[in-house]
Amino acid sequence: MVIEPRQSVSILHAGLAPIWAILVSMIICAALINWAGAPVFEAYGLLVKGAFGSAFAIKETLTRSIPLIFTGLAVSVAFRAKFYNIGAEGQLYAGALAATFFGTGLVTMPAPLMIPFLVIVGALAGGALLIVPVLLKTHLKVDEVVTTLLLNFVVLLMVSYLIEGPWKDPMSLGWPQAASIIDEGVLPTLMAKGRLHLGLIIALIMAVLVWLMMRYTVQGYEIRAVGHNAKAAEFSGVRVNRTVIMTAMISGGLAGMAGVSETAGLKGYLTLDLSPGFGYTGIAVAMLAQLNPLAVIPAAVFLSAVYVGSDAMSRAVNIPTYIADVLVGVSVLAVLCSVMFSQYRIRWSK
Amino acid sequence: MSDLFDILLTAGFWAATIRIVSPLIFGTLGELICERAGVLNLGIEGIMTVGAMSGWMWVYQGGDLWGGVLFAACMGGLFGLLHAIFTVYLGLSQHVTGIGITLFASSLSYFVYRMLLPNATTPPKIVPFQPIAVPYLSDLPIIGPALFTQSALTYLALAIVPVTWYVLFRTPVGLAVRMSGENPVAVEAQGINVLAVRTGAVMVGSAFMAIGGAFITMSWFDAFYFGMINGRGWICVALVIFASWRPGRALIGAVLFAGLEAMQVRAQQSAGAFIPYQFFLMLPYVMSIIAMIVMASRTKYPQALLVPFRRGERV
Repeated sequence: MVIEPRQSVSILHAGLAPIWAILVSMIICAALINWAGAPVFEAYGLLVKGAFGSAFAIKETLTRSIPLIFTGLAVSVAFRAKFYNIGAEGQLYAGALAATFFGTGLVTMPAPLMIPFLVIVGALAGGALLIVPVLLKTHLKVDEVVTTLLLNFVVLLMVSYLIEGPWKDPMSLGWPQAASIIDEGVLPTLMAKGRLHLGLIIALIMAVLVWLMMRYTVQGYEIRAVGHNAKAAEFSGVRVNRTVIMTAMISGGLAGMAGVSETAGLKGYLTLDLSPGFGYTGIAVAMLAQLNPLAVIPAAVFLSAVYVGSDAMSRAVNIPTYIADVLVGVSVLAVLCSVMFSQYRIRWSK
Repeated sequence: MSDLFDILLTAGFWAATIRIVSPLIFGTLGELICERAGVLNLGIEGIMTVGAMSGWMWVYQGGDLWGGVLFAACMGGLFGLLHAIFTVYLGLSQHVTGIGITLFASSLSYFVYRMLLPNATTPPKIVPFQPIAVPYLSDLPIIGPALFTQSALTYLALAIVPVTWYVLFRTPVGLAVRMSGENPVAVEAQGINVLAVRTGAVMVGSAFMAIGGAFITMSWFDAFYFGMINGRGWICVALVIFASWRPGRALIGAVLFAGLEAMQVRAQQSAGAFIPYQFFLMLPYVMSIIAMIVMASRTKYPQALLVPFRRGERV
């Protein structure tokens, strides 16, 4: 068995790779649904209906996709430079911590200034959390995957300490949660009904900005060059370490914004269940988008629909909600495979 | 400070250390075997979850304890095979595959657990491995109760350290594994199938990880909880670097870690009034990062770690 590169990769073939991956993931999950004793087609029908079946459902799906767009962008920028930032979850909470620190009364400004201010401090906090892992990678060659993963646990414990201790809202009737973001800092809802908030617009703007940067700026070119071949990039004059550090700051910043958007947009205050793993799901989003910033948007909406829809599905036909997480996990593996087979082929004869 | 010394002298502290160290030993040695063969296995967190769930479930469904351990090991081996197909045969990114395996394996474990026990509100319990007192030796002060009144799985953990060392460093199989991680082209030149060696190593390593997970539900606790592995797998990955890919040092590193954790639990009781418990819980993660920093500049990575091998391709 020999694996060899294809002579030509058709754009159609490469573009369809994520679709194949989604199909394969759905077939594998169909086996689990079948095992759970539910009719497969009906179950998937319920999933689609739960995610897109009504105006309310669509708004809910879009709301849930906001943090996924941010974390998906964070991961796709980092992975482009082969900087494996698995810490988006921790950076999200770092952003939420910053939003809570500045947004609960310490600083008061009119809303048009306050909201950008919170987004910026959240992004800075997210980036700051990556300083240690990225410097360890560039200067000591310590694998960033492990350091960013371990920091996720540290940050979560820090959040737990703060909202049970010094930042605990005395008005919260004993629940561990921080004080509410002041009115000027709250992201306004976009429509009269539902929870869809300004975060969506910010996320879409960031997706376009990141896409423009990756495609049309020198920095974006350098990030891609480092990711393709760091040695070649070094020889052609790219300062590799500087580029990796810059990538990390952008990536951490985007993940930090997810935290701001969830705290100041969706919930209004910081809790420990702010993110049910948005940072990790962001990896699946980025992989499905093949690291393309614009494709992150549909990928995030798709996975968000899987989560929202599977809630409805599992209520109706009694399937554990973990089916959504299984689908996310399988899709990461499936997309790796399908992208590879769009570029390589297997020759069986010797 | 005198409090700390008092803790060090209690048998309870050492017994806890040895108990905490067992899953770390399995996980760290498992990861070490994979990485020695040139494959980073970030599926470890998920594979430990699979082991914890499947071993426990085997016993809960009426199987016996050793059958459960074997079942967990087989499930771990299967996920190892999946990892190997992706990273060894297809040469895909070891980082992304590993994370994918972790996401898949842990969510699948939770799904299966909920599927089989849909209505369990409080986690049901099994009868776990019981401590076995080694005659005479268990009567020794302090180290008696600590080292020689442990469960059979702990003795197994302590036994596989020298076995792993022997196999890796004193047998032809071990040489093939280590060379696959250093210079796969040379292995190929000897007529040995690099892909097969790497696949075997990843499967055995993953089986070890799964037994480490099974230890937690079958010997340490007696039930399966969600989020039970709680980053232990990632700590094992850090310990491998700390150990410079040597089984003996992995044992030392794991014991240091477990001691710290056991100390942390006890210090919480005495110093908990002044220092919030979250800071104690942070210690293992922070220490892992520090351990990696300390060792980073002094260790030599396996040369072919993360490098896929494709037959006939120039390096």
